[in-house]
Amino acid sequence: MSLRIFNNVRSLYTKNNKRCVWKDVTRCTGTAAHTLKIAERIKQKRSEALLGGGQRRIDLQHKKGKLTARERITLFCDVDSFVEYDMFMEHTCTDFGMENQKFPGDSVITGHGLVNGRPVYVFSQDFTVFGGSLSSVHAKKICKIMDQAILVGAPVIGLNDSGGARIQEGVASLAGYADIFSKKRFGFWGCATDIAYHGTVCRWRCIFACYNRLHFYGRRYISVTNEDVSQQDLGGAKTHTTISGVAHNSFNNDVDALLQLRNFMGFLPQSSQFPTPIRECDDPCHLDTQSSPPQLQHRIVDERDFFEIMPKYAKNIIIGFGRMNGRTVGIVGNQPKVAAGCLDINASVKASRFVRFCDAFNIPIITLVDVPGFLPGVTQEHSGIIRHGAKLLYAYAEATVPKLTVITRKGYGGAYDVMSSKHLRGDINYAWPSAEVAVMGAKGAVTILYRGKPDLDKREAEYIDKFGSPFPAAQRGFIDDIIEPRTTRWRLCRDLDLLETKKLVNPPKKHGNIPL
Amino acid sequence: MGIKTVAVYSVADSQSMHVKLADEGVFIGDSPASESYLDKDKIMGAIRLTGAEAVHPGYGFLSENAAFVEMLEDENVAFIGPSARAITGMGDKLGSKRLATAAGVNTIPGFDGVVRDADHCVEISRSIGYPVMIKASAGGGGKGMRIARSDEDARDGFKLSSQEALSSFGDSRMLVEKFIDNPRHIEIQVLGDKQGNVIYLNERECSIQRRNQKVIEEAPSTFLDEQTRQNMGEQAVSLCKKLGYHSAGTVEFLIDQNRNFYFLEMNTRLQVEHPITECITGVDLVQQMIRVARGYELRIKQEHIGINGWAIESRVYAEDPYKSFGLPSIGRLYKYIEPVHLPGVRCDSGIEEGSEISVYYDPMICKLVCYGKDRKEAIERSIKALDSYVIRGVTHNIPLLRDILTEGRFNKGDISTNYLPQVYPEGFKGLQLKEEDKNKLLSMASAIFATNELRNRKFLNAPQHKIYGKTLDTWQLYIELGDEKKKLDVSQTNGQYVVEVDSKVYRIDKEDINLSKPLLHLKVNDELNTLQLFSKNASGEYQLIYHGTNYKMYILTQRSADYLYLMPAKQKVDFSKQVRSPMPGLVKSVNCEVGEVVAEGQELCIIEAMKMQNSMVAAATGTIKSINIKAGDTVSDDDVLIELV
Repeated sequence: MSLRIFNNVRSLYTKNNKRCVWKDVTRCTGTAAHTLKIAERIKQKRSEALLGGGQRRIDLQHKKGKLTARERITLFCDVDSFVEYDMFMEHTCTDFGMENQKFPGDSVITGHGLVNGRPVYVFSQDFTVFGGSLSSVHAKKICKIMDQAILVGAPVIGLNDSGGARIQEGVASLAGYADIFSKKRFGFWGCATDIAYHGTVCRWRCIFACYNRLHFYGRRYISVTNEDVSQQDLGGAKTHTTISGVAHNSFNNDVDALLQLRNFMGFLPQSSQFPTPIRECDDPCHLDTQSSPPQLQHRIVDERDFFEIMPKYAKNIIIGFGRMNGRTVGIVGNQPKVAAGCLDINASVKASRFVRFCDAFNIPIITLVDVPGFLPGVTQEHSGIIRHGAKLLYAYAEATVPKLTVITRKGYGGAYDVMSSKHLRGDINYAWPSAEVAVMGAKGAVTILYRGKPDLDKREAEYIDKFGSPFPAAQRGFIDDIIEPRTTRWRLCRDLDLLETKKLVNPPKKHGNIPL
Repeated sequence: MGIKTVAVYSVADSQSMHVKLADEGVFIGDSPASESYLDKDKIMGAIRLTGAEAVHPGYGFLSENAAFVEMLEDENVAFIGPSARAITGMGDKLGSKRLATAAGVNTIPGFDGVVRDADHCVEISRSIGYPVMIKASAGGGGKGMRIARSDEDARDGFKLSSQEALSSFGDSRMLVEKFIDNPRHIEIQVLGDKQGNVIYLNERECSIQRRNQKVIEEAPSTFLDEQTRQNMGEQAVSLCKKLGYHSAGTVEFLIDQNRNFYFLEMNTRLQVEHPITECITGVDLVQQMIRVARGYELRIKQEHIGINGWAIESRVYAEDPYKSFGLPSIGRLYKYIEPVHLPGVRCDSGIEEGSEISVYYDPMICKLVCYGKDRKEAIERSIKALDSYVIRGVTHNIPLLRDILTEGRFNKGDISTNYLPQVYPEGFKGLQLKEEDKNKLLSMASAIFATNELRNRKFLNAPQHKIYGKTLDTWQLYIELGDEKKKLDVSQTNGQYVVEVDSKVYRIDKEDINLSKPLLHLKVNDELNTLQLFSKNASGEYQLIYHGTNYKMYILTQRSADYLYLMPAKQKVDFSKQVRSPMPGLVKSVNCEVGEVVAEGQELCIIEAMKMQNSMVAAATGTIKSINIKAGDTVSDDDVLIELV
């Protein structure tokens, strides 16, 4: 790019020279020399910017098993589609000898590109420049693309690899953070994170991948509280995908994560103002298919292509995206193999956030119910399962996107209500012949109803006969139909087509108050 | 034949195809066979409930149970099979051998009596001379059978076989006989009526076996000449006459390299592989069995029986063929398409899409029978059928079946019961593709990759942005297949993908590629190839089934691959210090303790699945670090059972 500009300038000069009268030559050459000099400087700055913190640091980055900021962008965007902004911005700090260490573009690369033909705004933090730390300039660059993304209605993707605030800049850096956070309330925001305290706070909408370390405080801070812990244990990918639930998934390496991120983008609309994307679909959606409870989510979506979110956290509930006849859907399903599929605090929070994500981006929600209830226990109660369970209830009740529900087996107690029941404005609720909707399981119910009475077995059989079928719910209209499992896929596809034009607006108010 | 049918079923089978096909179904109990299909009283209950007049026992469970036949006789219900006396006579290996000798049938030298214990077994084995075969007196189907070549083998074999016999047949009596090296297993189908007429319907070659269970059978055999065939047939008939046998039955022979044949045993029932005999003789054996049970005389005479064409049966099992030629696997078939649209193909199966292969019963998926005018055509059709067979959800043995069908020795007809260990001394490792085939596979894979890339940007309700007005039409790809790494150039023009591998060009029609279809027929340079797209994901992991084998590959753009090489490689786990479960099953016993020092090859535990016992041995010498199982536990495939240090 830079070379081409330079050549153009020279040819212009020679062309003009021929026609120039003698007295003009001095002016011409003077301008030309200046132009040449400028061109040379542009060229030099550009090549400096391309090298970030220098070859030595790039090699170090590779040695750590990480790609550089630029390599990540190249891999993430379609070939040749990335357009960079602010390559020449430099930091403004003059303390601690910083005025002598400047890198064009500073510690972040920003711009826009295409992902599978759709525009995205991207920033990628450059660890090779001051450890990717956030300066005020760094923040300004990010804010610039965010502002534009909101105007255009395109997503912003952040590829984070940063040590945190730039200490040398002091409060200016913190202000930068706050500026970024304040903008994140708008627009769609995804980020793939490496080291980033930044990432912890700013995860708005969706942090996508965390494949190395992510923690609020560095290890040195933690040592103040006399806790001995390694970097990885404190905020490694494993910690955040299995224990804290901060990160939504982790991948083998940068390449894998970026390829999966591209794939993930394909499920999402450009912004909350766009409809759910519909991709071309080859899988027939009018035929009976074999459906059975284990892995049902794979069986109903197109080509068994189910993109699971948070697969390693709160495994008793499964969330993720799939496509039905090409149209993206969000799927929430209980996993009876883990904790019998009970809802607990983590599962409720995991699912409610997902439901709200779908609602925010016009993605229809399919709920597959097989839930024996909320998880009982002292820890759960003391940690506020009532409060957290209510999040899921709130999320479902509030959502205005199409909501389809299939009760495959158990729908017991409060958990039945919570899992997108008819009562929470579920649009279409189906039950399989194997469904049971009741306050609780037969054994438990009978021990309460007939405490101390003989022939409990007989009572239990009676209870099963009464509630062990989809009839009680169907008779009251709480489910719309009892369907054969093999018809699930085409019915859901048909309903999604029907509900495409669904219009439901919540009463106007500043915002709801989800029980946080 | 206008007969109404009743099926019996257990919990695990409640959704099975046989139940759906029958006019009525009767539930008879829990999944384990001993609580349902082997429970005579429950079956009798079902008979009384429905007023059934006759029972066809199929080929497992109670089909050779004389006590059951007696019960039926008492209630005046016809048993579609031989009489209780014939079953008793042949059901016991010792007794059957005596009867055979009396009927003038050639028999194998062996010990005439019941083996008392392991020591006795060793003593007898020595007197006969190694190698010997130890087998359950009440056995069949290869269960409870072991070969011993030394005293030690004899002792172990006796222990394991008698246990297996006890759990499978409820009878632990064992016998020992001379083992014939490199024999062929050839059997004669017989058919008799109650009037004393017996005919033979020629032979079936069942030499291709693993662990004494048949894998591929064919009829006729390439080995028999007309004279031997007749001799065998006549001896079989004479045995049946001596026995007063009626209904269908099979007399099994072992044949040595000089065409000497020895009586092995008689199966007093319909055999699994009966369809191939039906193919070449045109006789419907089940229909004949029903007629005979009704008391009708056989209309077919010996001179009506000829050999018309060639038939091959490939037993498609839910098994992992890479582990000792097949260890059971389980799962639910989420996609299942039989290749019955092809000419000359018959599929006998009891399952359909959505069926579950459980640990309770035999892991057989289907009997794929292919018929042709000669052996060559039968083999070709079998290969084509296997390539078009879509099975998803369980591991299956099609890679092995297909490889045998293309293997040189099999094609020459040079086979024996030791065929598998001789041809695959290291175990089955999967088909090694020829360079040209490999290039074809890779070019098809890259065409699929490109199709997927193009589809990823086909949003029906979003605008498409182009880069400098260009559309995506070329790819530089990198494919990793096993240890091999290849670079490919792909471009699309005129409705075709043009793929360049190793400076060879392959053209593939774009229209033939559908990312949702399990079975693809792609024209590569105008030559038709059958390919199955097993799975794909966004990380570039593709699985394609080509020539029967599932190839896992890693497809990336060249640029991604270059970056991937900057990433550190993942460390490999040392598996020799772990004992992993080779199959889903039940822990029968644990024979070691934490802290114990074990030698390489020492037995650590026994896993049982589908009535098959698998002895797990230490892969390296070491000390037991942890034991994650106890007797009675259920384990899944690849679970870590025991760890060593």
